[in-house]
Amino acid sequence: MAETTTEQDPRLETFSREQLHDFLRQMLLFRRFEEKAEESYAIGKIGGFCHLHIGQEAVALGFIGPLRDDDYVISAYREHTQALAKGLEPGPVMAELYGRRSGVSGGKGGSMHLFDRDLRFMGGHGIVGAQTALATGMGWAIHYRGGDQVCVCFMGDAAVNQGAFHESLNMAAIWKLPVIFVVENNEYGMGTAFSRVSAVPVLEKGEGYGIPTHSVDGQDILETWRFTEELVAKVREGAGPQYVEARTYRFKGHSMSDPVSGTYRSKEEVKERTKEQDPITLLRNRLLEAELLTQDELEEMDERVRAQVDEAADFADDAPFPPEEDLYRDVYAETNEHGRLFLDGRDR
Amino acid sequence: MPQITYREALNQALAEEMERDESVFLMGEEVAEYDGAYKVSKGLLDRFGDRRVVDSPISELGFAGLGVGAAMTGLRPVIEFMTFNFSILALDQVINSAAKLYYMSGGQFSIPMVFRGPTGAALQLSAQHSQACETWYVHSPGIKLVTPGTPADAKGLLKAAIRDDDPVAFMEGELLYNLKGEVPDPDDGDFVIPLGVADVKREGSHVSIITHGKMVHVALQAANQLAKDGVEAEVVDLRSLRPLDVEAILRSVHKTNRAVYLEEGWPYAGIGAQIVATIQEEAFDYLDAPVLRVTQADVPMPYAKNLEKLAKPDAKRVVAACNRVLYRD
Ligand SMILES: Cc1ncc(C[n+]2csc(CCOP(=O)(O)OP(=O)(O)O)c2C)c(N)n1
Ligand SMILES: [Mg+2]
Repeated sequence: MAETTTEQDPRLETFSREQLHDFLRQMLLFRRFEEKAEESYAIGKIGGFCHLHIGQEAVALGFIGPLRDDDYVISAYREHTQALAKGLEPGPVMAELYGRRSGVSGGKGGSMHLFDRDLRFMGGHGIVGAQTALATGMGWAIHYRGGDQVCVCFMGDAAVNQGAFHESLNMAAIWKLPVIFVVENNEYGMGTAFSRVSAVPVLEKGEGYGIPTHSVDGQDILETWRFTEELVAKVREGAGPQYVEARTYRFKGHSMSDPVSGTYRSKEEVKERTKEQDPITLLRNRLLEAELLTQDELEEMDERVRAQVDEAADFADDAPFPPEEDLYRDVYAETNEHGRLFLDGRDR
Repeated sequence: MPQITYREALNQALAEEMERDESVFLMGEEVAEYDGAYKVSKGLLDRFGDRRVVDSPISELGFAGLGVGAAMTGLRPVIEFMTFNFSILALDQVINSAAKLYYMSGGQFSIPMVFRGPTGAALQLSAQHSQACETWYVHSPGIKLVTPGTPADAKGLLKAAIRDDDPVAFMEGELLYNLKGEVPDPDDGDFVIPLGVADVKREGSHVSIITHGKMVHVALQAANQLAKDGVEAEVVDLRSLRPLDVEAILRSVHKTNRAVYLEEGWPYAGIGAQIVATIQEEAFDYLDAPVLRVTQADVPMPYAKNLEKLAKPDAKRVVAACNRVLYRD
């Protein structure tokens, strides 16, 4: 927090000015993107479930930014910013939220199911915890082919109570797979505080499998970034799976249909955490104080990012809806002349 | 043609495909050091090593999902379920991941994998170990389902399933593993049977017995009994339930005008329900009688020998159903 930081953070010197600006710019982009999504949802341009990542941006950037292009990233449904961090363009991501043909999943997936095969963004998955098993398969595939890539698998704190999670950690451990399991501990699964549904803290949920466990401050981009760089290097050299708790906080409701605080957490709590722990504010203040950023630079940066997001929204607005023939497209990758694959009588 | 068992046919198919394609691997409980719970993978560990023949922990949901994740990167996993009964734990990954990822990703991630193992009842294994799981798998678009009833079909279809770019559930019969039959010699070339092609296992003109998997043999038994009474039943083995060879069903019904569906599973929303609906939609004018179904009793499988026998479909009930649709008493 700006108020309490009297001395300059010594870690700042370990990053270049360009890099620090880029951290801020990217996190601002994530924030403005999510705010635009919120706005578009309110006027009905986005439907269904839409989960914002506001407040958790440093986790996305810190764990994805240091990766190589050929590393895999997979996540749950709160994954817009992670997709952007992996290099997906804001326009096609927004178009997917709008359910358009030019969306990253052709309008078939929506907010919860963003994919990009070329960029190795392996999806947004909607079943809590299920992506942990898929990530283990990606780790398996890396190991099978003898590669040095890693797979970063994000999940929420609620996922650590799922069977798939525990089965996955065990398998990743016995085969020493290069998977980094990252729990974004925002303290709640929908309206349920983690402490109400687990007798032990998040970190301990990863113990018992013979996997190194770590806990990092998910609001601090400098910490998450450096931590990831070092961890990924170890995993590339064969350190095997890792379990990481990123301590964070969700600033908005669980999804767009929820109020910000609701019945399960107090307004004061949200207000305080938002004020004290905003990853963007924290970095911005540090940079301003250290005179690594000027107010003008900041304003210009924000303007550019807003323009980029407006452009993304315009792209989505202008994008066509999927044509009707897309209904039956991409159910199966392979068809032959034999038999019928669909039995709804419409294909006759 | 050499006579080999259904088990050997499956083993040949696995070995040939693993030899042909480095991206194929086999994972499941007891598949490696134990040679498979039903010895289908016998010798594969020695031949291909523990990178490609992998013993898993008892974590059906986990290793099914691992297979899907590996398939997303282009590998071709063959995931063995010790039996499909245990795959109910894995259904989330089968239905929510394997069957949907290609669609949800707008055609970016195909899932070229096989889930295989036995389905249906064996003998006196009671409720949790004796159930036909076809309906769970065939209900969801995005997945294919194959149910071979003979050694030749087992081999040719497994090879096709492994080569297919979609997730294929491949359901074997626990009581079929020792069944012998003619299978083309591997030296005579690659033997692959395309998915979606039914096979008329016996020609006949009076009534069609349509079925799949292990029940093919019950249908043939019934047809032999009916023949003694001068009734010529046609036995249509669907072999694939998705894709479904609707044309073969219609061809047979056009010829016989009467049909019975025989399956090992429960009747409620079973495979037969779909087949009956398809026949009445597409061949109503050809029918001379309602289409009947012979299925397992609509109860969990009991243990007691006499009750188990009563619960399972058998040739006698098939004969009775055929006689009913022929209006013969
Ligand atoms: C298997 C399953 N059960 C229930 C749900 C409904 N659901 C969606 S999100 C959610 C809470 C998950 O919380 P957490 O994992 O902490 O992630 P967060 O939303 O906090 O990012 C629930 C219960 C679901 N999607 N999947
Ligand atoms: Mg949470």
